[in-house]
Amino acid sequence: MSKAAALRPGPPSLPEWVRRLPEYLMIWVPLLLSAAHLVSFSLWTIWISFTPSTLVPVTGWVGLRNYSAVAASRNWQIAFDNLLLFGCAFVVLSAATGLILAILLDQRIRGENVLRSIFLYPLAVSFVVTGTVWSWLLNPGLGIQKLVHDLGWTTFRFDWLIDRDMAIWTIVIAAIWQSSGFAMALFLAGLRSVDADIIKAAQIDGAGPVRIYRRIILPSLWPITITVVVIQLQFAISTFDLVRALTNGGPGIATQLPALVVYDLMFQRSLLGRGAAAAVLMLLILLAVLLPYAAWRYIQRRRAAHA
Amino acid sequence: MRDRTFAPSRIWIYLVVSLIAAAWLAPLIVVVLNSLRTNEEIAQGSMIGWPQHLAWANYAAAWSGFCVAETCAGIRPYMLNSALVTIPATIFSTLLGAIAGYAVSLWRFRGDTWIYGIVTLGLFLPQQMRLLPWTIVLRDIGLINTLAGLVLIHTIQGLSFTTLFCRNYYVAIPHELIRAARIDGAGFFRIFWRIILPLSGPILIVTVIWQFTHIWNEFLYGVTFTNGQQQPVTAALIALSAAVADIPQHGVQSAAVIIAALPTLLIYLLGGKYFVRGLTAGAVK
Repeated sequence: MSKAAALRPGPPSLPEWVRRLPEYLMIWVPLLLSAAHLVSFSLWTIWISFTPSTLVPVTGWVGLRNYSAVAASRNWQIAFDNLLLFGCAFVVLSAATGLILAILLDQRIRGENVLRSIFLYPLAVSFVVTGTVWSWLLNPGLGIQKLVHDLGWTTFRFDWLIDRDMAIWTIVIAAIWQSSGFAMALFLAGLRSVDADIIKAAQIDGAGPVRIYRRIILPSLWPITITVVVIQLQFAISTFDLVRALTNGGPGIATQLPALVVYDLMFQRSLLGRGAAAAVLMLLILLAVLLPYAAWRYIQRRRAAHA
Repeated sequence: MRDRTFAPSRIWIYLVVSLIAAAWLAPLIVVVLNSLRTNEEIAQGSMIGWPQHLAWANYAAAWSGFCVAETCAGIRPYMLNSALVTIPATIFSTLLGAIAGYAVSLWRFRGDTWIYGIVTLGLFLPQQMRLLPWTIVLRDIGLINTLAGLVLIHTIQGLSFTTLFCRNYYVAIPHELIRAARIDGAGFFRIFWRIILPLSGPILIVTVIWQFTHIWNEFLYGVTFTNGQQQPVTAALIALSAAVADIPQHGVQSAAVIIAALPTLLIYLLGGKYFVRGLTAGAVK
């Protein structure tokens, strides 16, 4: 472009900032809207959690009373215990499944692309669909148990869906089915980035495949493992749709989770103050996972920069 | 491992992998088969079985026949709602995210790192922290229980992801390119149209697929901010299973589930590579 063209845009009478107004608007409006809603909505919810709001938000100050009411409720206690169990079981099992799948797919097998697509397709489906389908499969009068009975093994029992103590495991099963493929994708990328020369050197030294995995490949995967665990925990903490479609918190309140308690308090019981307090508690649980992770990432990065 | 020392045990690898793959496909196959069985057929046996004859009528009923709450129009109106929310919100959030990503990575302005840092906090903040404020805001601007309200929410919230995706892609573009164009007198928009957009093909596909899949599959906002005829299809599916709890219609319900899952499954089949890239890009944030 020539100098003349550069000078052309805009009538000369307009000041610089007016000429550049569309540009400023395009840059600032979306970013400011996004940032402002994140900050103000968080503060707003925190504020509501300290007010005596019930049906509508009101001003006033009740200190930590909403928090103690939520923490003392059976609903929340069960939800919190369930989250601990579900979070641990789901994260460990889905990471393990993902790692096994990744190692199997890394053996230079035929049809790797097709297999990878099969393990990843549940991620494209909504949790509502996943929950609905698994609620059919795990329903003792309808799904797997019924099928086995019809085949002749009539004493077979697989009724976790209606068993208060075991129902939470049905959510673990569906969640593993839905998201192990994600762990697999990350692990596979990690396996593929292990230095081939080191492996070759170990083979020349006479190390067998099991030894190579245990001593060289798996130890190099632990940073990815931490990422997988943190992301899956983040998912576990905010699980809502899956439970809603699979058990709807039942039988009774046996599969209650924090996200369901928040929804219940806010929109079914119209206890906005307590609902907001439960939401803030969810945020605190999430921060308990994310802050150590952020610190670890920061240290890792600094170490890499100094090395 | 890229050697042949595993050769004797390879048959085991194939066996194990095929078994797991079968388990992963089983739920899909079961639902597809059920969508072709009559309700009576399923009631006599179990959900798991082969269709006696193909009951295509299930799909007709699911699409435009059965009743959710008071209305008997199938899931067609709810599919339309989902499309009317998902398509505009995907386009808006992707375009605005591309411009914002370009602004913070290449154009640079005062405060860009700060605002970018705050925007990406949206990746972590639980939806529950925004439910009440959104309810109040939507009510005040008259968009509660409207599709436009959902478009607005998904556009603003989607910006966190789309800006991150695009910014991480654009930082690899050499700054000299932009500097040279600016010296030649090209402005913000001209550089975006002439230089940035032509280079953005892959990242725009990743972003569009990511946004479409997430907005289509979203449930919590749909069920909170809309009701009745305004609900997206995910909320309608839940309403449907509640509505037919007394007299289950599993054949029709299966067909409805398939129809509701089809758009995102098709996109996954067509753009699987880009879908996975979005997943891992979102992971390494």
